[in-house]
Amino acid sequence: MELDAAKMIGAGLAVIALFGVGIGIGNIFATLIATVGRNPSVQQRVFPFAIIGFALVEAVGLFALLIAFLILFT
Amino acid sequence: MASPLEQFEITPLVPINVAGADLSFTNSSLWMSIAVGCAFLLIMAGTRQHAMIPGRLQAAVEMVYEFVAGILRDAAGKDGMRFFPIVFTIFMFILMGNTLGMIPGAFTFTSHIIVTFAMAVAVWIGVTIIGFWYHGAHFLSFFVPHGAPKAMLPLLVPIEVMSYCVRPISLSVRLFCNMMAGHTMLKVFAGFIVSLGAYFVIPGIAPMAITVVLFGFEFVVAFLQAYIFTVLTCLYLNDAIHMH
Repeated sequence: MELDAAKMIGAGLAVIALFGVGIGIGNIFATLIATVGRNPSVQQRVFPFAIIGFALVEAVGLFALLIAFLILFT
Repeated sequence: MASPLEQFEITPLVPINVAGADLSFTNSSLWMSIAVGCAFLLIMAGTRQHAMIPGRLQAAVEMVYEFVAGILRDAAGKDGMRFFPIVFTIFMFILMGNTLGMIPGAFTFTSHIIVTFAMAVAVWIGVTIIGFWYHGAHFLSFFVPHGAPKAMLPLLVPIEVMSYCVRPISLSVRLFCNMMAGHTMLKVFAGFIVSLGAYFVIPGIAPMAITVVLFGFEFVVAFLQAYIFTVLTCLYLNDAIHMH
């Protein structure tokens, strides 16, 4: 198989990791909504943690993107 | 058509060559200087009046100050407040860098891994030194989780050390990837506007709407990434100062 074709396939495979990232982000915000639904007064305290959690999970997704770029371009 | 990755090229504006080392003043240096200048002017102008009842600009600067001070105080407690200058500097530098990069035609200096890696490694080495300075050799007990069975330690301690050493990498890659991927996406969708809009304009409206939404999203991401870098810096400081 040519190197370029293998690179394309590798980059495509690397993006499969986003499957877990989608589940993670959905989990965070589903829990946030349920928590605020149970106890609306706690929203101010819980929201920063939701945003921090979202950014950390998104970082993992971006690690997958980084690997895809590394495979494609080096 | 230009590649969407061309926007990340570094072009020397003032070539400076010192004994073979390339120390040119590049477009990256220019935008770093503009970011520092903007942060400096904002805070100087905002705190000029010293009014007890602040006007708009002073209130805005005080809000930014209180925001970052709140992050540090919540994460690291009162003992952590002595590190406020570096935390505030990191926050303002990354925030200004990210936001100024949103100006069309500007250069986002945080979209280069070397810039974010330098900041993350500086934070990581600084936090490690602070840990050893405060606790001496006892700082190494940080890698032994409290209440773990002794038999598990040969497995747990290398994992803890490795996850500690991954911190600068994750800190830098998070900011770098967010900025690079965001700006690349913007360029790609903007390119679609031109290439689709060439056929009687109407098909160009959909990518235009998406680009507008993405632009707004990128502003949120710019602020969020500065916030996340600062929060994580404060959490690592708390680990070093309070060790649990």
